[in-house]
Amino acid sequence: MAKTNEELKQIATQVRRDILRMVCMAKSGHPGGSMSSTDVLTTLYFNEMNQNPVTWRRDGKGQDMFILSAGHMTPVYYSVLARAGYFPVSELATFRQMGTRLQGHPSIRKGLPGIFQASGSLGQGLSAAAGLALGKKLDKDDNFVYCLCGDGESEEGQIWEAGMFAVFHKLDNLIAMTDWNGKQIDGPVDQVAGEGDLAAKWEAWGWRTIVADGHDFEAIRKAFELAKAGKGSGIPTMILFKSEMGHGVDFMAGTHKWHGSVPKPEQLEDALKQLGETPLGDF
Amino acid sequence: MKKYIDTGKKDTRSGFGVGLLKAGQADKRVVALTADLKGSLKMDAFAAEFPERFIQCGIAEANMVGAAAGLAITGKIPFIGSFAEFVTGRVYDQIRQEVAYGNTNVKIASSHAGITLGEDGATHQTMEDIALMRALPGMVVLNPCDFNQTMQATIAAAKYEGPVYLRFGRPSVPNFTPEDEPFEIGKAIVLNEGSDVTLIATGHTVWESLLAAEALEAEGIKAEVINMATIKPLDEKAVIASARKTGAVVVVEEHNMAGGLGEAVAGVLARELPTPMVFVNGEDKFGQSGTPSALMAAYGLDALHIAEAAKKAVAKK
Repeated sequence: MAKTNEELKQIATQVRRDILRMVCMAKSGHPGGSMSSTDVLTTLYFNEMNQNPVTWRRDGKGQDMFILSAGHMTPVYYSVLARAGYFPVSELATFRQMGTRLQGHPSIRKGLPGIFQASGSLGQGLSAAAGLALGKKLDKDDNFVYCLCGDGESEEGQIWEAGMFAVFHKLDNLIAMTDWNGKQIDGPVDQVAGEGDLAAKWEAWGWRTIVADGHDFEAIRKAFELAKAGKGSGIPTMILFKSEMGHGVDFMAGTHKWHGSVPKPEQLEDALKQLGETPLGDF
Repeated sequence: MKKYIDTGKKDTRSGFGVGLLKAGQADKRVVALTADLKGSLKMDAFAAEFPERFIQCGIAEANMVGAAAGLAITGKIPFIGSFAEFVTGRVYDQIRQEVAYGNTNVKIASSHAGITLGEDGATHQTMEDIALMRALPGMVVLNPCDFNQTMQATIAAAKYEGPVYLRFGRPSVPNFTPEDEPFEIGKAIVLNEGSDVTLIATGHTVWESLLAAEALEAEGIKAEVINMATIKPLDEKAVIASARKTGAVVVVEEHNMAGGLGEAVAGVLARELPTPMVFVNGEDKFGQSGTPSALMAAYGLDALHIAEAAKKAVAKK
């Protein structure tokens, strides 16, 4: 059943709490981009995707599929999967520990339900997603394939190879998303690589291009609605979600410094206080 | 010595083309992708018969690897084809993450391997691909020796569940293995029994090794010739058994020393049965322009050099 915006907001708050607690327990990980894409991924898994944790299988037959191209965003990915019922939320405590199914970057080798493909080496996931979308077309499977990329990641040339491929092969069942938070490890994206206007670039590449506020649930919903309406157009859709790295915690918001850094114990306490508790409860 | 008949020179890549078509006819899950080298990879017949299952990727190999992985996840059996360098060195990280680590059922069809690509020269001649693919956990590495065996290896690769690197080439070479002999992954084939020295060869160098064995026989040296069409997983039992019998081993390959079949065999023998060895390979060099046969001679990979190496190996006993 579709969640209300209020319900989504509550889940997203809990996911942000999970993210911070996971990286602090692991003393490593990537909270910044996880927090900028939290609202989008929460909406995707709880409202948009035709997915079912119980009947999940890697070949994705009869369901929507999702590829996390920006593989370092595992904290948000694992939290959303756990909260959606793919595995026990208690398992989030094993993130990055020896023997865990919750590897630093997504792995298909540990038997974690919900993971369709390994990722982490950047720029490759959109190609895999295009392959999934083409596979669904060949199978006359009417479901969608979703893929989340980073804006820093989009400096990789392969992203644009995949962009050309998806248009050429008319993959209108492919909905790609970019977490457009404007930050990467070394600093603001426009000061690191001069990526420029991603919206103009994707449009020039021939994609249906949508720009939306990645922290406004109503805007996120509408963006997905518009994206899905592209089915039948023969054109893939890119949603560029304008977002803020570290969103939800004042001292983490809007700076690249939290891409791959972990809060100190007193900072965690402050951050959790800012987010507030939810009825869903911590893992 | 056992006689082998060359039924007519053919290129191994054409063997792949026929094998791909047969695999496609046998299993509708087989799809073929190329990066603007449909003709060079002999995919035309497959593309004509199965237009929906032929996927042109343009000159974008990295994306081709990822798209193939995605197709494999949905249950397809994708063959990705390009020149050996462009489906290994150029996309090593993509193969590592999307195919090997991701454990997707992708078959890497690697044509124009080695120096026998010929006139295009070193940028297009990889002598390092076996090393790269061998290094990947779980990757099966095949290097069949002629048209028929390449056709059969292609069919076997399609049936095998998991990542496969299938290496073949451009030049026309003698076609001498049985047309209907099923390819068994991981199994060495003893082409000729001998007692003085073992010649372990792969790919185009297998026929040259048979010629070398004939020349050696005339000089009273009985050479055992093994066609090692599967480089990984290596048929260790066959290596050890033959080394025990002959006491001297020569490994022949159209590949550099580092990480090739020679080092794979040496690794087994060093561990299990230290044996005098001589290596015939591209050493530590890049290729250059030339005809395939001129290059094979210049890089010391022809029958003449193999026979010399065998005598050196015998002398080391």
